[in-house]
Amino acid sequence: MKEVELNTTTINFGPQHPAAHGVLRLVVELEGEVVKRAEPHIGLLHRGTEKLIEYKTYLQAVPYFDRLDYVSPMCQEHAFALATENLLNIEVPQRAKFIRVIFAEVTRILNHLLNIPAYAADIGAVTPFLWCFEEREKLLEFHEAVSGARFHAAYFRPGGVHQDMPEGMEEKLFEHFKTLPKFIDDLEDLLTNNRILRQRSVDIGIISKKEAIEWGCSGPVLRSSGVAWDLRRSQPYDAYDQVEFDIPVGKKGDCFDRYLVRIEEMRQSISIINQCLNKIKPGAISVEDNKITPPKRNQMKKSMEALIHHFKLFTEGYRVPEGQTYAAVEAPKGEFGVFLVSDGSSKPYRCKIRAPGFAHLQILDNLSKGHLMADIAAILGSLDIVFGEIDR
Amino acid sequence: MLEKLKKNKDITNIKEHEKLIEIECDKNNILSLLKKLKENNDFIFNQLLDITAVDNPSRERRFDLIYIIQSLKKNKKLILKTSLKENDSIETITSVYKAADWYERECYDLFGIEFTNHPDLRRIMTDYNFEGHPLRKDFPLTGHTEVRYDDLEKKVIYEPVKLSQEFRDFDSESPWEGMKNNLIGDEKSEIQKD
Repeated sequence: MKEVELNTTTINFGPQHPAAHGVLRLVVELEGEVVKRAEPHIGLLHRGTEKLIEYKTYLQAVPYFDRLDYVSPMCQEHAFALATENLLNIEVPQRAKFIRVIFAEVTRILNHLLNIPAYAADIGAVTPFLWCFEEREKLLEFHEAVSGARFHAAYFRPGGVHQDMPEGMEEKLFEHFKTLPKFIDDLEDLLTNNRILRQRSVDIGIISKKEAIEWGCSGPVLRSSGVAWDLRRSQPYDAYDQVEFDIPVGKKGDCFDRYLVRIEEMRQSISIINQCLNKIKPGAISVEDNKITPPKRNQMKKSMEALIHHFKLFTEGYRVPEGQTYAAVEAPKGEFGVFLVSDGSSKPYRCKIRAPGFAHLQILDNLSKGHLMADIAAILGSLDIVFGEIDR
Repeated sequence: MLEKLKKNKDITNIKEHEKLIEIECDKNNILSLLKKLKENNDFIFNQLLDITAVDNPSRERRFDLIYIIQSLKKNKKLILKTSLKENDSIETITSVYKAADWYERECYDLFGIEFTNHPDLRRIMTDYNFEGHPLRKDFPLTGHTEVRYDDLEKKVIYEPVKLSQEFRDFDSESPWEGMKNNLIGDEKSEIQKD
């Protein structure tokens, strides 16, 4: 037998590491500084969300979705609301659709405003982080104004949204999104032609078109590989069929392309929000069926029926007809889907959450082979990994 | 597309919704069927979105295994369902869809479904050395073990779960709506309906 001398070192990256964006344990096999194998160990943030949801009513399940991908909370509630509405066979009113689209896009900008500077910070730039957090705070104020909470909003509920936007909100949003494009330009000035950022991201972690589809990539990761696929366009939900927007597509599928796609997506989101603000009209914000959405508080003071409805909704919940469905939204990170099975009771029989990050993390081993150890941080950052949704 | 799906003998029970097709098949045909669905030019379901399972302990074929696939060219999603007995194993589809690797590991971890010929069938979500399969309906919500840091031993130790309050699972389901009329001595009402 021939003797082979292995000259590799195996190191443990994480579970607590600032570049891991959460609790990721990577077992990395290195030859010198070159990565031979990078094997992710996930599940360190596994909280059993899917099991917990089986023990909660449909309304009680909503807040769990905020806590999956805690960087883009509202988009995930959106998927659950759509799935439940599918099973209930109801259609939400126009105003609710527009409000949902507006806030899904606000959330998308929020997500990218965290991912881009975090990615930049991973590869050496600190300033964007400070800038973007200020901007994020302004957007979070809109979240707070509309739902009462900055992050864990529980705002999109099956049947519509929880409450109407406060008075004057539309003008405020409109005013704010006049200033945001300037900020994105400034951010790009800082990053796009920065020599360090380019050296660290161009040609790093290339995903080809074929690979991206094969591995189940979606969202900016799939688009940066040159596939013009966006659920908002191809399978429009809510009011996305009433707005126009472009789908930014990358050429090469490297880290730099993924960064550029996200920058452009923010601009498109602003355009979508502006279109929605022009089209939105006063009206109902949830289905008027009090068997599904709770009655207004002032009604409850006067009407016995409203009081009964309220009591029933918050103890038993509503029953959802037997069946199964799959509803997906274009979350900031990719296709976020909810596979929901109902047995006819007021609690979901099974709720499977399809997290985009799960599929993206799976290709990490493939992507980092042959790169340097330091590139792993860049690749992880560009894939937009958040462990809340991956580990569930 | 629906017509062409109907011609395939392996597929049973086709349902179509707006952008979603639901089909069922036997567990032995899963690999060949998915290969057809992926490679045949009539379908081109080129992306695997998810693999998951549903547990129905009261049935003999306890698990429903669900494959969700998508065709980027035809803009369709498809849910493929197959059912398994408790100790059945099923052929892995990693040779057709690479992405199936982690999804199958997840199913194995949370439901205990064995995938034969899988390259690396280990637990993925739960702790190292975890026992049991949490998403089975007979697995308690609170789990079996809990961990704490022991100051004397200077390490994290595992202990059986101790609940300071008994686990409460209230049945708030209303008995009045949707209940079958099965009051004792009230058989006549059923007969009348028939």
